[in-house]
Amino acid sequence: MCLAVPAKVIDIIDLLATVEVGGITRQISLMLLPDVTIGDFVLVHAGFAIQKVDQEEARRTTELLKELAGYAE
Amino acid sequence: MLNNRQETMRQAAAFFTGEIDRLITKPVRLMEVCGTHTVAIFRAGIRQLLPPQVELVSGPGCPVCVTPNDYLDTAVAYSRLPDVIITTFGDMLRVPGSASSLAAEKAAGSDIRIVYSPLESLDIAAAHPEKKIIFLAVGFETTAPLAAATVLEAERRGLANFYVLSAHKLVPPALSALLADREVRVDGFLLPGNVSAMIGEQPYCFLAEKYHLPGVIAGFDPLDILQSVYMLARQIHASTAIVENQYRRIVRHEGNPAARQVLTQVYETVDAAWRGMGVIPASGLGVNDRYRRFNALAALPLQVEKASEQAACRCGEVLRGIIKPADCLLFGKACVPEHPVGSCMVSVEGTCAAWYKYGAGKWQV
Amino acid sequence: MNDKRIRLAHGSGGKLSHDLVTGVMLPAFANAALNELHDGARINMPGVKLAFTTDSYVVKPLFFAGGNIGKLAVCGTVNDLAMCGADPHYLSAGFIIEEGFPVADLIRIVESMQAAASEAGVAIVTGDTKVVEKGAVDGIYINTAGIGAVIDGTGISPTRVRPGQDIILSGPVGNHAVAIMALRHGLVLPQTVTSDCAPLNGLVKELLSAVPDVAVLRDPTRGGLATTLNEIAQQAAVGILVEEAAIPVQPEVAAACDILGFDPLYLANEGKMIIFSQPQASERLLAILKGHKYGKEAGIIGKVTDSPAGQVGLRTLIGGIRLLDMPVADQLPRIC
Repeated sequence: MCLAVPAKVIDIIDLLATVEVGGITRQISLMLLPDVTIGDFVLVHAGFAIQKVDQEEARRTTELLKELAGYAE
Repeated sequence: MLNNRQETMRQAAAFFTGEIDRLITKPVRLMEVCGTHTVAIFRAGIRQLLPPQVELVSGPGCPVCVTPNDYLDTAVAYSRLPDVIITTFGDMLRVPGSASSLAAEKAAGSDIRIVYSPLESLDIAAAHPEKKIIFLAVGFETTAPLAAATVLEAERRGLANFYVLSAHKLVPPALSALLADREVRVDGFLLPGNVSAMIGEQPYCFLAEKYHLPGVIAGFDPLDILQSVYMLARQIHASTAIVENQYRRIVRHEGNPAARQVLTQVYETVDAAWRGMGVIPASGLGVNDRYRRFNALAALPLQVEKASEQAACRCGEVLRGIIKPADCLLFGKACVPEHPVGSCMVSVEGTCAAWYKYGAGKWQV
Repeated sequence: MNDKRIRLAHGSGGKLSHDLVTGVMLPAFANAALNELHDGARINMPGVKLAFTTDSYVVKPLFFAGGNIGKLAVCGTVNDLAMCGADPHYLSAGFIIEEGFPVADLIRIVESMQAAASEAGVAIVTGDTKVVEKGAVDGIYINTAGIGAVIDGTGISPTRVRPGQDIILSGPVGNHAVAIMALRHGLVLPQTVTSDCAPLNGLVKELLSAVPDVAVLRDPTRGGLATTLNEIAQQAAVGILVEEAAIPVQPEVAAACDILGFDPLYLANEGKMIIFSQPQASERLLAILKGHKYGKEAGIIGKVTDSPAGQVGLRTLIGGIRLLDMPVADQLPRIC
């Protein structure tokens, strides 16, 4: 029910954004996250953007996992 | 057969499970309170990777499962009205009420449509001005603002034939009620990531302050979940209790204020009945007086017979993590996904459905 | 049958479809050829070993990226025959058409049926058309039946599945269902995502000529790969263990699944097959598959095990093993 996916904002007209995930596009509403610009990544839940994805934090998570993978040997 | 990324994932998973095993020396029960976590845990086979002293239990985290019979009976009664179209997320369709389900009503001729977004209801409302469109507004803090925004959008578009039937629920009051129950034994919480994207970190502070229980706001990738369990393990090992945030790429300390503003514009906090948990004070959302004309219950009053619950069904105890699905006499016998007795068996996010479908370690070489 | 009325889920290919077949159809029609519950029946007529099958097509929308209901109706039936180890020869086509249906659309549909038939090397030799009142069907429904000759020396049957055999998948899964479902939920797909709808009989013939003792061929249509693997595990009373990492899913299809909450392993395919065979033959089978336009991304996805009988396990990307169960009902009505 709380399923949500990160998507890239590629166009904005008023409170309607076009977002892209893996080449797939869909229109979503920005009513709950009005402060978004083209190029941002947002979390999409049932047709609405609900939060911005912090790219710096996402990168940090990926780095951490790589580092930890090194310890597992 | 594995590429680099997959190799990294397995190694990181091995690191976390190794550390969890080292840090946790006596049996602990960790509860996830998000149906999406429940499914992700099963889909990734996480239970099978964790050491035996770490038990993951599912709490009341599936919004469909905690919706009581009288709500479904009301939805069924509305669906039988000739001028009503029901719009709903797919999960609700097969949930049994006292005597029927929306799926059965649909087969018998009711107009019930599955939507991906509540906004789709408005297009249906615009295309059918002669009908009344009722959206079944079910969900936690993640989803409730979407229904509120849809009401505002209906107002903006001047649609007079759109209504919501609200059964929205709030997570922190449910956690509070759960912890007040002496039957419930939990050593830490995996907190719902997408609910937290809306409400932020602060509403969970009482877990640490009042109950000295650790909590970690968790993402949904398999490694997010393993890392969150590891973070809980570290806290348990050190006997600390704070709210940590593993899902920092999404969850801000303050949540999403714009979404909360939309929510409070349309909804007000109400006491709400939870299946198997009874009425919990201030744990639900109802449409406020200002938006009364969008509230199905107020604008389209109808008589519904008093609901009856299945006596033998133990969903209530499953939802509180007191028993495992297999401890219910109906599980896998009278109650199976194709003919569910309780709601926990019907929603794809339901604890019983997930146990039945994924078999909790049943597959062994 | 526990239900008093037919529900949509009875047509989804999952457990309720199975209930319908075993609870209503088999008690009425039971016979040796039908009881095998394969994609088609192998029947003996004096002098010839025939395979015979039928299927009805009710997909909505009628036209989709990569095909339409007509192409699907030919490929589906051709593939059902091919999966029995047969060389398809003749098809019938029955049309139930709604009053008011555009003739131009009907012409597009029959032209693509002929194009698919030509590619498959089959002839549509008999047919029927009925027109019903507006509202009695949704546009057009098509039934095709087909017959073919069982290829000499083959004996495809779940009873020949043995522990230790390899399981080969001919390519990425989920494309057909996603191509159809995405538009219904407002997703705009890139041109790279199309239905995989294709006739597989040419490829099957090459595979069986090289390795006649293939144990089982099956096309994972309704219910997807997970359902097909479960059917074989149950019919053969073996266990199956597959590797999530080895099952290809096109990234765009995976993204659509993430958005809509679908599991690609349960989504329908219309141009893929799985092959159960002795491991010694795998290299030859893979070489043939990879050299063919419908098998370029083929690979070994798992193995048959001796236990637990009737169950399918999936080793996940992070290394856990979980049950890969049969679906009860999918949320994807009328995808074929």
